[in-house]
Formats: sequence, structure tokens, C-alpha cells
Amino acid sequence: MSTVRVVLPGHLRTLAKVTGEVTVDVAEPATLSTVLDAVETSFPMLRGTIRAHGGGQRRDFVRFFACNNDLTHEPSDAPLPDAVANGSEPLLVVGAMAGG
Amino acid sequence: MSGVRVLVGTRKGAFVLTADGKRKDWTVDGPHFPGWEMYHLKGSPADPNRIYASQSTGWHGQLIQRSDDGGKTWNPVGNEFAYDGVPGTHQWYDGTPHPWEFARVWHLEPSHTDPDVVLAGVEDAALFRSSDGGQTWQELSGLRGHGSGPHWQPGAGGMCLHTILVDPRDAERMYVAISAAGAFRTTDGGKTWQPINRGLKSEGIPDPEAEVGHCVHRIAMHPDRPGVLFMQKHWDVMRSDDGGDSWHEISGNLPTDFGFPIDVHAHEPETVYVVPITSDMHHFPPDGKLRVYRSRTGGNEWEPLTEGLPQQDCYVNVLRDAMAVDSLDDCGVYFGTTGGQVYASADAGNTWNAIVRDLPAVLSVEVQTLP
Repeated sequence: MSTVRVVLPGHLRTLAKVTGEVTVDVAEPATLSTVLDAVETSFPMLRGTIRAHGGGQRRDFVRFFACNNDLTHEPSDAPLPDAVANGSEPLLVVGAMAGG
Repeated sequence: MSGVRVLVGTRKGAFVLTADGKRKDWTVDGPHFPGWEMYHLKGSPADPNRIYASQSTGWHGQLIQRSDDGGKTWNPVGNEFAYDGVPGTHQWYDGTPHPWEFARVWHLEPSHTDPDVVLAGVEDAALFRSSDGGQTWQELSGLRGHGSGPHWQPGAGGMCLHTILVDPRDAERMYVAISAAGAFRTTDGGKTWQPINRGLKSEGIPDPEAEVGHCVHRIAMHPDRPGVLFMQKHWDVMRSDDGGDSWHEISGNLPTDFGFPIDVHAHEPETVYVVPITSDMHHFPPDGKLRVYRSRTGGNEWEPLTEGLPQQDCYVNVLRDAMAVDSLDDCGVYFGTTGGQVYASADAGNTWNAIVRDLPAVLSVEVQTLP
């Protein structure tokens, strides 16, 4: 079991009623898909806000980073970097910077 | 003492404005959901403490929020709006087929009798219903599937179902309006639908009297006369006396017949309000003067209402869901502008005051009359 730290964008922290990072426990190997599944299980109000309902497609203005790498276009079932899987680095869920 | 609660949706959050029955001293509460687009909030007629709100952003999509304490606290409920079956295509702006894609909820219409029942009008145009307080949503797919759906086209704001009117005497009988498809009626609770656009004329479309393709901006109805409908169309203010079977123009002496909202006085079914807007190119009031026009004759004869409204250098718009009336005596009339003002009249439109002046652009205004 891996304990993964996740940093949510501000709007989603407000929605989930959390103020800092969240942590989720997932089976090894931790992947983007299993981590987001666990986040949505812990915080059901986030369903549909990171990934679309019905198929889990990433929303257009959401991206994923960790360890200074852009994981947005990595396969969702690929193992996350070891530093994320062992909790030393967080997975960043980022709302794209766009105005308005 | 009786009072009112005005629910304001803006581009960057929601606000709840309250006053007693005099409607002079206001309390402004908000922003709720700061930074989110709040397309619409509406309270349940059956339980005024139950309020539904549509919350969305381009980043994180659609949420539905529900309050059970009159807007003090909120909790997210269900946000999965799945079209029934294979959604198919409608027409894009250029006439090419375009897949039906859910974008957002434009309008929420709670049941007159059951606080847990609520309808949602969405973009791309469809009607959804929840019977569990917004936790789950099911499409009333007879509307989208009645036959003309593949020919519907979006208006400039998207292909939205923005108006839902439920007959207070018969919940099976409903009217909806879609930009830019037109108006539709059901008499069986949404299983089957009929386009009701006869008499509408829309120059610029291939067949100006087509069954669908009309850019209806808003429909209004007095609850005591559900067979009489008033419509602000892209161009033309229209009236139907037969539940939408036929329409005739009542623009009369309006300075322009373009606009978005239309509403009916709570106690006078022949008293109607519109806000004329220069044109579809400009989207601001004629001559820089913000004027509500009132007809006391069911249309055709209109008087400008200006006292308390800016009469120079005013270039705001009033969007389709941004006008409402309360049911106090005198009837209160409310509207919000894209400049962030919410105006109230406690005397049926004779005089106006700004409740607030500097909100984000106002998308919707609803009012609850409280005991």
C-alpha cells in the first residue's frame, strides 16, 4: 500500500472543504488512475471536476505534475514516480492558468 | 413580517439579498462559491428554505449545490448529467453536424409541490429531472428525441435550454425554450413534446416561419393564466393566448423589440415587463438609457419606467434569467445587469433603487416571497 500526497487546486480544496494537501492510500503500484479514484472516493463532491463522468477523461483545463515533470499525457495506468509513491513528493493537480 | 430573499447568480459567485416587506433596507450575503459562474439559483415554492444552485467553471465543469436553510449553508449534490442513449448530433453554427455535448446547467426549476423534485435545463439543450433533491438526474429524453433535434442550432451563447415553465395547476403540462430551436410543450410530464413556434418569424434563417430554428430568449407566464404566454424573442415580443399553439407580435411602441428577459406582474396578468436592448450587435440599452418597459394591456402599448434608473451613459445588458417579481402587494420587480447592479422596485416598476451596484456581471435573479 502506498500513501500518496495530492495537492488540489484552490477551487477544489474549497469544494472538498480541505485546506492543505490530501493523502490517499492506494495499492501498489500507485498510478494516476488509482490515486484519482481514491481521491474521488474520499471526496465524492470532486467527481466530475478533475475527470469527466463516464469514462474518466481528464478535463481540458486540468493537468498533472510531479517531481518537476508533466504527467498530463502519461498513460493513466503507468506507475507514478517512486517519490510520489513513497510520499516524499506530492502529485500536483493543476488548473490551467487561463484568464477571465 | 413578510419579506423577500433575492437570489443573484453572477460570473464570479452567488449573492443572497434579503429585506423585509418594505423592501428598503437590504442585507447582502456573499459571495457564495467565489470565482465560480453561478448561472442560476432558485428556491422551492414548496419549501422556501430549499434552494438549488447551478455552479460551474471551464476548469472543473458543473456542480449543483443545495441549501436546506435558505442559503446560509450549501452542500454539493449530484453533478452527473448523462444524455439518454447515444446522444447523436445537432447542427453547428455552420450547419454541419456536431455531437451533443453537455456543457452546463442554465436553469433550475423546482417543483411547485415537492422540494425534492427539480428540473434542469442544460447546454447542449436537454431537460433533466431529479426526484431525490438533486442527488441523481435523469434526462427527459423525449424532448431531444422528438424528431427535430438534429436540426437544432446554437445561439451565440450556446445551445441552451434556458426556460422551464410548469403549469401550477397541472405539473404534467410544461413549456421549455431553447436557443436557437424555439419553444416546446409537453402535456404528459415530458414524455412527448410538440414544437410551439407557429407565428414566430425569424428573418435570416432559410425558412423564416420554420417549425424550429427560432431564437427564443425567454418565455413568461402568470400562474393564474397558464394558457397565456409572453415571449421575448431575439427580435419581437410575442404573445400566445392558446398555450403556444399560435403567437402574435405585441412589440407595439417599444423603442426596439430586441431584448432578453420578460416577466409578468404577480397580481395583474396583463401587466408585462421587458428591457429593450439596442440590437443583437450592440447588446446595450438604446441611447445609453436603462429603461424597463411596462405594458398594462398585455402588450402593444408600452410605457418606459425610468425613475431611479440611469438615463445617461449606461451600456449594460440585462440577461434572460436576470428579472423576477415577488408576490407582495405592491408587486416587487427586480433585475440585474452585466454591470453588476441589482435594481429593485417595490411599486411595480414606478420607481427603482439599486440594492447593490458593484457585483460581478449578473447572470440570474430570482426572488422568494417569504411569510
